[in-house]
Amino acid sequence: MRTMTRRRRPTKAVLMVIAAAALACAVVVASAGAASKTTLRVDVFGDFGYKPLYKQYMKTHPNIVIKEDSEDYQPHHDGLVKHLATGAGADDVVAIEVGFVSKFDNTPQYFVDLRKLGGMKEATQYPKWKYEQAIAKDGSLIGLGTDVGSLAICYRADLFKQAGLPSDPTAVSKLWPTWGDYLKAGKKFQANAPSGTYFYDSGSNIYNAIIAQANPAYYNKAGKLLVSSNPKVKQAWNVAVQGYQAGLDAGLAAYSTAWTTGFKKSTFASVTCPAWMMGYIQTSAPAFKGDWNVADVPGGKGGSWGGSFLAIPKQSKHQAEAWDLLKFLTSPESQTYVFKHTGNLPSRTAVLKSSAVQGFKNPFFQNAPVGKIFARNALALTPQSLGPNQGDIQTAVSNAIQRVEQKKQSPDQAWAQFLKDVKSVTST
Amino acid sequence: MSATTTTASTPSRLSLRERLHRADGRLSPYVYVAPFFAIFGVFGLYPLLYTGYVSLTNRNLLNPGTRWVGLDNYSNLLHDSYFWNAVGNTFGIWVLSTIPQLLMALGLAHVLNTRLRVRTLLRMSILVPQVTSLVAVALIFTQLFDYRYGLFNWLIGLVGVGKVNWEAGDFTSWIALSVMVTWRWTGYNALLYLAAMQSIPDELYEAAEVDGAGRFRQFIHVTIPQIRPTIVFTVIISTIGGLQLFTEPYLFEPLKQGATGGSARQYQTVVMYLYEKAFGSGEFKFGYASAIAWSLFLITIVFSLVNFLFVSRIRSAH
Repeated sequence: MRTMTRRRRPTKAVLMVIAAAALACAVVVASAGAASKTTLRVDVFGDFGYKPLYKQYMKTHPNIVIKEDSEDYQPHHDGLVKHLATGAGADDVVAIEVGFVSKFDNTPQYFVDLRKLGGMKEATQYPKWKYEQAIAKDGSLIGLGTDVGSLAICYRADLFKQAGLPSDPTAVSKLWPTWGDYLKAGKKFQANAPSGTYFYDSGSNIYNAIIAQANPAYYNKAGKLLVSSNPKVKQAWNVAVQGYQAGLDAGLAAYSTAWTTGFKKSTFASVTCPAWMMGYIQTSAPAFKGDWNVADVPGGKGGSWGGSFLAIPKQSKHQAEAWDLLKFLTSPESQTYVFKHTGNLPSRTAVLKSSAVQGFKNPFFQNAPVGKIFARNALALTPQSLGPNQGDIQTAVSNAIQRVEQKKQSPDQAWAQFLKDVKSVTST
Repeated sequence: MSATTTTASTPSRLSLRERLHRADGRLSPYVYVAPFFAIFGVFGLYPLLYTGYVSLTNRNLLNPGTRWVGLDNYSNLLHDSYFWNAVGNTFGIWVLSTIPQLLMALGLAHVLNTRLRVRTLLRMSILVPQVTSLVAVALIFTQLFDYRYGLFNWLIGLVGVGKVNWEAGDFTSWIALSVMVTWRWTGYNALLYLAAMQSIPDELYEAAEVDGAGRFRQFIHVTIPQIRPTIVFTVIISTIGGLQLFTEPYLFEPLKQGATGGSARQYQTVVMYLYEKAFGSGEFKFGYASAIAWSLFLITIVFSLVNFLFVSRIRSAH
């Protein structure tokens, strides 16, 4: 008897496996039947403002389904590198921020060369410096521009008024021709500020804005690292330190939860403002609609901070469809739409000059002529050369400024450690 | 029995059956355990060995030219002050979380082992932290420990203590992380201890009582030695878990760039440092990160052995 039962068991198991396999096959067949549409996945970070555009595209392209994956800046790019290096998992259209584009310029083999799809015809409609950022070492074009950063100062007009400063953007812009004047205005503000409110949010944002205006900043044209030898870098650092020592700095780590809460609690009255920062302000504290305004950035000229590209990974199985979608998302109409609804500044030259952009006033920011302010800055730009470790240097300096803000180190100690960290991340 | 007799009469046909039968008896056990080893091989052993191989190269995700570098990564690691900082942090947080955690679990299990009302409900409820998502725990505690708007700072403000910048301080950040770990794992360990305590025969307690031992002495001289194997188990498991601490400190960090564990790396654990080198900082140094992984593996083995020997002395002390 024992032998019988024991011999029967495998038979039963085999039958069950067959049944399960049959079921699985049936499911596969059924789902294959349903999926006659092509699904395109788009991978972005933060808010690109594309959701209404997908709907529009799917209406005109009924056989396409678009799905968006969105993450924070750092996890998005880390994940992208993993997917590219392992050859699987990347979406059909991926967003790349300018700091990472300079990294990917060394690895064009991961991306579809857009030149082969007629991309140069599109690319040349952007400012030269913008599309050249996406030209890899071997000359291939790995992406098309979405937005550019540009630079201004966003400030709370109501808080400025309370503290006895002018609140009108023209008068406010006149307060600070230089960064030294910005700190001076800050001291005036701080003397009469409501309790718990600082002049600005974070030392690293001030520092980054000044670096964004420098040319060259971290790298020269030949790709040589200048962090320790460029006096502009130390000057930017000094402004951040002086602001902190004068008590103007709320000391919030930029883009952290506490920083977002800071918008809601009026912890700071001004913030350095690339165009995409307007999106952060509007989503973080919608209640202060009509209290914010936009003034010129100190330091005389515009700077560029951020800005992104869309690219197609070579592993995508729908490259032709992806290219068509990419062209749609970066089209003049789409860029204008995103600017009006999300704030990301267009990067096509003609769009920056168009009356739709130039004439746009944002009601959230007291109808400030944001189109004019940001577009003027972006068009006048001669941006700095970027290098492969741009992002790592940024992390190191953010930490260094935080160490000062948290009283963990003296400014000199923090600076020395920053230089040491830069040496370590840039060594291979 | 019947099978053997038939084999003799018709050897050609039934010898196959017989052989199959024998093979079944001999091989089945291996077949039954094979799935575990197959899965372990694919997801455990292979990655382990492959990581070992990668740690001997200069592999970089964004740099296709991989070169054999021998033990260079390990010798660099020995001179890397950030690595040793991470090792120190990991042990510091481990001590602050594991020791109170296991002591509290022992006490909790002891209480739950006595006759209480709604005992089952209480026993179940200590497991609740265990079933909550790790990410949710880390995120909520991070908000509770927030410098400006956190609940804990508000509470200590009520009794007149100034605000503590938990995340920025060296020791305070360790405390915050230890609280998260302790909150999550105390119940789990208590349940293991409780199960062990219930298998202790009553006669031992009766005998101790006859000898005049009070409840506390019974606990020290009967309960603890009796559940020693479970204590050893929990210490080893918490050691392995504690040395691999990652999610809590990673989510605790306000700046999500680089995984440096605070502005001065005050709570960067070894796994966080591994992550920083492999993914977080944009360096993508896989060779170096693999060397960190293997070093952590070796440290864990050594430290687990030390703990094992230490905890094993419980009985001899008795």
